[in-house]
Amino acid sequence: MSDIAPKYKGSMLRPLKALSFLFREPATLPMRPRPAAKVYRGFHLNDWEKCVGCATCQQICDNDAIRMVHIPALPSDPAKGIRPRRPAIDYGRCCWCALCVDICPTGSLSMSREYIHVSRDVDSYFILPDEEGMHGVRYPQGWAKDENADLLDLKRQEMPEEPPQERADNFSEICEGYDPQTAMLEASRCIQCGMCHDACPAHMHAPEYIRAIFEGDFEKSVAEIYRTNPFPQVCGRVCTHRCETACSIGKRGEPVAIRWLKRAAVDNVPQDRTIAIALKDKAKTKTGKRVAIAGAGPAGLTAAFDLAKLGHEVTVYEEKPRPGGMMRYGIPEYRLPYERIDADIAVIEAAGVKIRCNTKLGRDVTMAQLKGQADAVLLSTGLNKGRSTRIPGSDHPQVRAAVDLLARITLGEAFDIPASAVVIGGGNVAFDIARSLARLQRRAFGKVEVTVLALEERDKMLADEEEVIESAQEGVKLINGRGPKQVVIEGDALKGLETVKCLSIFDEQGRFHPRYDETDVMFHPAQMVIEAIGQMSDVSFLGEDLTEQLEWSRGRIRIDEAGRTSVPWLWAAGDLVKGPDVISAIATGHAAAASIHAALMGETEAREAK
Amino acid sequence: MTTPQVPDPATLAPSEEYDLYFGPNHPGIEGNYSVRVRLKGDVICQAVADGGYLHRGFEKIMEDRLWVQNIALVPRICVPDPVPMEESYARAVEMIGGLEVPLRAQWIRVLMLELSRICAHLFTFGGNAATIGLYTNMFWGVTMRDLFLDIFEEITGARIYHIYITPGGVRRDLPEGVLERIEALLVELEERMPQFEDLFFNNAVVIDRATGTGRMSAEEALAWGVTGPNLRATGVASDVRRDDPYLVYPQVDFDIVTETGGDALARMMVRKGEVVQAVKIVRQAIAALRKVGGPVRCELPNPLAWDLPAGDAYARTESSKGELGFYIVSNGGPRPYRVHVRGASSMHAVQVLEKLLVGSRIEDVAQIMFSLDACPPEVDR
Repeated sequence: MSDIAPKYKGSMLRPLKALSFLFREPATLPMRPRPAAKVYRGFHLNDWEKCVGCATCQQICDNDAIRMVHIPALPSDPAKGIRPRRPAIDYGRCCWCALCVDICPTGSLSMSREYIHVSRDVDSYFILPDEEGMHGVRYPQGWAKDENADLLDLKRQEMPEEPPQERADNFSEICEGYDPQTAMLEASRCIQCGMCHDACPAHMHAPEYIRAIFEGDFEKSVAEIYRTNPFPQVCGRVCTHRCETACSIGKRGEPVAIRWLKRAAVDNVPQDRTIAIALKDKAKTKTGKRVAIAGAGPAGLTAAFDLAKLGHEVTVYEEKPRPGGMMRYGIPEYRLPYERIDADIAVIEAAGVKIRCNTKLGRDVTMAQLKGQADAVLLSTGLNKGRSTRIPGSDHPQVRAAVDLLARITLGEAFDIPASAVVIGGGNVAFDIARSLARLQRRAFGKVEVTVLALEERDKMLADEEEVIESAQEGVKLINGRGPKQVVIEGDALKGLETVKCLSIFDEQGRFHPRYDETDVMFHPAQMVIEAIGQMSDVSFLGEDLTEQLEWSRGRIRIDEAGRTSVPWLWAAGDLVKGPDVISAIATGHAAAASIHAALMGETEAREAK
Repeated sequence: MTTPQVPDPATLAPSEEYDLYFGPNHPGIEGNYSVRVRLKGDVICQAVADGGYLHRGFEKIMEDRLWVQNIALVPRICVPDPVPMEESYARAVEMIGGLEVPLRAQWIRVLMLELSRICAHLFTFGGNAATIGLYTNMFWGVTMRDLFLDIFEEITGARIYHIYITPGGVRRDLPEGVLERIEALLVELEERMPQFEDLFFNNAVVIDRATGTGRMSAEEALAWGVTGPNLRATGVASDVRRDDPYLVYPQVDFDIVTETGGDALARMMVRKGEVVQAVKIVRQAIAALRKVGGPVRCELPNPLAWDLPAGDAYARTESSKGELGFYIVSNGGPRPYRVHVRGASSMHAVQVLEKLLVGSRIEDVAQIMFSLDACPPEVDR
C-alpha cells in the first residue's frame, strides 16, 4: 500500500471561512420558469397556406423523420406548383436540427418554442404540424427562416445575351446559351421536388435531366429529355416554360432556368449522338401499319416520331416548303434559329418519318386520299389564320395579320416595309411581329417606329416579361390599356389607327368583353396596322362530307382525351385541340400517337386472336 | 441430471487478488464506460478499460449523409463539449471545398468554442469534486454551466446540441443584446471563481486526495499521445490553438497554462487557469464582434446537390479535452467517402487510464478518470 505523505493544508482556521455562506443566497437556487429562447428549436409549425407540399423538408431530413401526408381536401394546382400534401413529423426520429426549416423553399416551416410532450400514446408523437402547434395552443414561433441563412440558392445563373445595340438590326439569336460549367451550376440549384414535371403539359422528366446535367452527363440528360419531348432544341429556346412557373425555388427566389438547361443539354451533345440516343428504343420490326399526318408542326411531328419509333410507317404532309409549322413560320429567327428546328426535325426524320412538303391538304391531296393510303389519319394543321378585329377599315390592304407577315419574313417573301406601324395585341405574337418589323425598319430606314397597343395594363400583360423588356430596348413603343376603334383611311391611303381607352376587359362572368371610354380617343399615325389578337383554324380542307360526319363542340372538332375524333380513323392534335403553344402541342401529339398505336395494334391483336 | 458441485470456499487455496467491474454505470463517469480492475486489497494491480457501450457508429453513419446533414450528427459525439466537434467537421469540409469563412463567422466560432470550453471545464470541475465526495462543488459547477447553456440556447436555439457551426460559417448571426448578457455572465463567473478556489483548491480533502494521484511525467505523456490540459499539466506547453492556429486565434491574446505536477491536482489547476484564459478570449471576441460586421456564412450551393471536390483533410481543434481531429476523405461526391474522428479522450481514457490506475487505490479510480477528463462518447463514437 502506498504511503500518504502529509501535505501543507493551510491554516486550521480556514474552514471557518465557509460560515460566511450561511448569510448568502445559495448558488443553486432553482431557476424560475421562463419562455424558451427566441430562436428555440421546439416542435414544428407549418403555415399550410404557404406550404406547397414540395417535400424538400423530407429530402433534407437526415433521420427520415418527415413523411408527406396526402390530404385530399387541400387545393391542388400543378400549374402553380401546389400539391395537396403536407409534412408530418415523427418525433421518435426528429433530432431538432431545423435543417428542414432552413431549406424550406416557401418558408412555411418553422419551429416553435414549445418543447414538452408527455404521453403514453406512441401515435401522439407522430404529428402533422400546422400553425396551432403541437398541442394547439399557439406557442410563439422559435427558429424560423432567416434570409441570410437560406440553404437554397435563390439566384439564377445569368444567361449571356447579345446587347440591344448589336441585335437591333439583325435576326441572329439573342440568347447565347449556358456553357457546360454554368449549366452545371444552374442545375445544382434544383431540389428535385418534381413540381415542374407535374406542371409540364408533356410531363417532361425535368428533375432527372437537370440532375444529369449537374452530374455533367449531358448525354444522359438528352436521353431523359427524349423520353417525352422530340423538340429539345425548340423547347430549350421558346417553350412557355410552365415548369418554371411551378418551380418551388421560384416561390421566394428565381426559378431554376429549366428551359435554358434543356437547351444546354442538347447544345452540348453532338447531333449524331443525339440521334443515337433518341432512337435507342426504336422498334426493330415494322408493324405494317401506315399513318398519315396532316401538318408538320410540333404536334404532328411528335406523333410521327412516336409512331415511327413504334414501327409504323408514317408520312407527314405539309403545306409550306419546310416542316416545322408555327415554330418556323410564326417564331422569329432571333428567338429560334431555323437550323435549330432543322436539327430537331433531322432526329425525327432519322426515326423513319417521311415528310412531304409543299403538299396542301385540299389542293394537292384530299382527306379521302389520305384515308385510302393510311390506316389512321392525324390532323395537326394548327391555327393558321389570323383573327381580325373587324373594326371599321380593317379590310384595308395595309391592315395585315401578324401570322401572315411572320410567315412572309421566314419565307423571304418581299413586302413593303412600312416606315411606321401599329401592332394591335399584347401577346407574344404581337411582340414577335413588332420586334421583327423593328429590325427590318432599322435596316431599311435606320430608325424604328413600331407601337404595340395592348388592351391589358402593364402588370397584366399576356406576353412574356422578357419580350416586353427586350422590345423596349430595341425601340418598340408599348401603349397599355387601349383598344382599337377604327382604321383611319384618307382616300386609299392608310393614315393610322384610332384607339379608345379600355376600362375593363372581362365581364362579370369572366368572359372577354372589353368596355371602352369612347370619349378618350387617341390617334396613332402609321402606314401599316397589324392585327395580332389571336389565330384560328382553317379546316375547310375537310370537305363537306367529313365536316358533316364529325361531331363539333363550339366550333372545334370534338375529340376524346387522347385526341380521337368521332370518326374512327381520324385523330386531331396540336393547336387545333389545345394551346396554342409548342409544349401543349407536343403533349397532344404524344396522346394521339398512343391512342393511334393502341387502336391500330388492338386491331392487329384482335385479328391475330381470330 | 447431476447438480453442479459448488466447492466449499473454505477448502479453496487462499487468494489475494480479485477482479472488480468499475462501471459501466458508475455515477462519477460520464456515459457508459467501465474499467475492469484487478485488486490486491485496495490497490489496483491491473486495469483494463472496457468501452463499446456507447458505440453509435458515427463515422460510418456520416458516410451515408450529405455534407450539410452531417452537421446535425457531429455535436452528438461529445455531449459536454460539442462545439469543437462542429468546428472540426466544418473546417475539414471547408479545407476540402476551399471555402472561406467570413471574418465575423470566425469570431463567432471562437466565441462559441471558448464558451464551450468554460462549460466543459465547469462540468469536469464539478464532476471531479464529486468523485472525492465534494458534492457542493458539483452543484455549483453544474449550476454555473447551466447559465452558459442559456447563452447557447439564445444563440443557437438549443442548449446542448447546438448544430450551429456549418461549413462556411455559422447558421445564424448573433441575436441582439447577447454580447452584453455574456459579459454580465462572465462577471458572475469571475465572482464565483474565488469561491471555487476556497471550496476546491484550498480544500484539505482535495489537496490530500489529489496530490500525486494519477501522476504521469512529461515524457510519459508525450510517449502515450496525451494532449490538451492533461499534457499541459506535465509542463509541456502544447496547444493546437498555438501550434496549428485556426480561425482568428493568431490575433487572440492568451496564455498557455501549464503546471508541472502531472497529477490530478495539477490537471485541475490547468483547467482553472484555462477558464480564466477563456474568459479573456471571450472578451476579445466580444470586442471584435462589436466591430466586425458582414455575413456569417459564405455562399454555399444547394445542399441537396453539393459535391465536394475529391481530396482529404485533417482539421484539428483544441477542445477542452485535447486535440480533437476530423479526418475526412471526399471522392468528389455529395457525401463523405470516409470519416475518422480522433476523439481527444481516445488516448487518455483508454491506454493512459489503464497505466495510471496501476498502483493507485480503489477510491481513486473515479477521480483519476475524471481528472483526465475522460469522455467515453469520444472514445466509442
